[in-house]
Amino acid sequence: MTETVEITCISCPLGCDIDLEVEDGEILSINGATCPAGEEYAKEEYRNPTRTLPTTARVKGGILPLVPVKSAEPLPKGQLEAAMEEIAAVEVTAPVELGDVIVENVCGTGVDIVATRDLPAEESGPLAAD
Amino acid sequence: MTESRQAVTSTTDAMDREEHDLVVVGGGPAGLAAAQAAYDEGVEDIVILERDFELGGILQQCIHNGFGIHYFDEELTGPEYAQEFIESVAERGVDIRLETMVLEVTHDRTVYAVNDEDGMTELDAEKVILAMGCRERTRDALDIPGSRPAGVYTAGTAQRFINMEGKLPGEKAVILGSGDIGLIMARRMHLEGADVEAVIEIMPYTGGLTRNVVQCLEDFDIPLRKQQTITEINGTDRVESVTVQEVGDDFEPIPGTEYEIECDTVLLSVGLIPENELSVDAGVDLHPVTGGPIVDETRETNVEDIYACGNVLHVHDLVDWVTEESMIAGRSAARSLQNRVETRDEPIIVEKTDKLSYVVPDRISTVDPDREELPLYMRVHAPMEEVFVTLSSGGEQLARDFHRRAEPGEMITFNVDSETLAALPEPRLELDVVPREQA
Repeated sequence: MTETVEITCISCPLGCDIDLEVEDGEILSINGATCPAGEEYAKEEYRNPTRTLPTTARVKGGILPLVPVKSAEPLPKGQLEAAMEEIAAVEVTAPVELGDVIVENVCGTGVDIVATRDLPAEESGPLAAD
Repeated sequence: MTESRQAVTSTTDAMDREEHDLVVVGGGPAGLAAAQAAYDEGVEDIVILERDFELGGILQQCIHNGFGIHYFDEELTGPEYAQEFIESVAERGVDIRLETMVLEVTHDRTVYAVNDEDGMTELDAEKVILAMGCRERTRDALDIPGSRPAGVYTAGTAQRFINMEGKLPGEKAVILGSGDIGLIMARRMHLEGADVEAVIEIMPYTGGLTRNVVQCLEDFDIPLRKQQTITEINGTDRVESVTVQEVGDDFEPIPGTEYEIECDTVLLSVGLIPENELSVDAGVDLHPVTGGPIVDETRETNVEDIYACGNVLHVHDLVDWVTEESMIAGRSAARSLQNRVETRDEPIIVEKTDKLSYVVPDRISTVDPDREELPLYMRVHAPMEEVFVTLSSGGEQLARDFHRRAEPGEMITFNVDSETLAALPEPRLELDVVPREQA
């Protein structure tokens, strides 16, 4: 059975509405893309949509109670909520450095969750200057 | 103001007086880039005054990715972008004063700052760069009727609570305004376990990037309701619901279209205002549209030796352009300190037609032999497709750039090359936006 999947392209600010005609997971035609990057995006977004996940992880003894983190590579879109839960279960100890692995191989995706800033421990941090 | 300052001076003999080549007010992305560029141009005596406990400004709470695509040619999160510049000013040995509040900047560049450790300090600067950024418009600025319950936050305040302090401001939220901060916060609230009932937008189009509409709303089935607005916030102690109404083309609510959304939290993402109280006290003239100082291409204000850059000058949509602009300000201040600036006999006045809401800078007052091209920043009034931005002088079209789409939310950069500038028929430039078929 043929169905139509609508995808909004995010390759540029134009935001073309692209229609994919698909049957049994096979793309039959792509309509509405105004450039090759759009066609490529639509194919990828249909077959394997991925997203970079930026969030935070809990920190003990830091100048802030949280450190910002992100997935080092984009994750499969369907895994975002599961990844959030895995990250929520973690508490790291300060100091943290940018790039430190906070969660290894999140949800078995092969992708690590890494810190996106340095977070000094409280006593050595600027807050302790008082 | 003057009286109280004299009182402070006479009662505290201990107030430190310092002299510096350059004082930068604000240690966010603008101040950091300005300091870095000034140092690299040969000025070493630089002080950055920052009121927060760390550098980086708003970037530290913008934990999402999408920063740096133009400047670093890679996609970074806000804190990563900030850390690049924090490390770079630290390596250069720039004097950084944290938790330091600037109380006043005078027109002759005396900066009064205060912190716990030093008390009041008077810094006499050869050059001052204003880099205070902007702040969010609040409920007061919108006059939303209703009671005054807890649970109404600006989106940026909620962002700081969630991303830096680990506190979720509510469980069921409605977001007013679909600019990028509103969209980003919708995803953030959802991923942290709150229900986001809707994003309400008064305009017929969103103020945010398509990318954010897709990845922050559509991914999580969060509805975006355009041409609607919140007409009442209900609840006594805590927000209990909002009343939403459709609006007409005149943005007035249409009677009879009211409906209610139950929620305990309202986030406002309804615009940013450059924070210019210090600038005004120093005698700096502000632009009626941008709300920021009127500057020439070096980012010098009408007050000699006081410069401004970043969101205090005009609200940018990408930090990459804040960096680019702030480097112009830092470099220019440094070159002026070194007497390397050649002033034009007559400045070139930069004008625009009513298709554009503003252009920065307002005038070009120097000749810079090392400058290959000069970026002009502008915004269109309304969304347009298939247009040329044109640059003319004396009725003659000198250059044009094609844009498949131009939107108020997306700042346009028009680079004018130095050869064009050197050969103008008259000391006046005019920018216009014309449909492709008329160009």
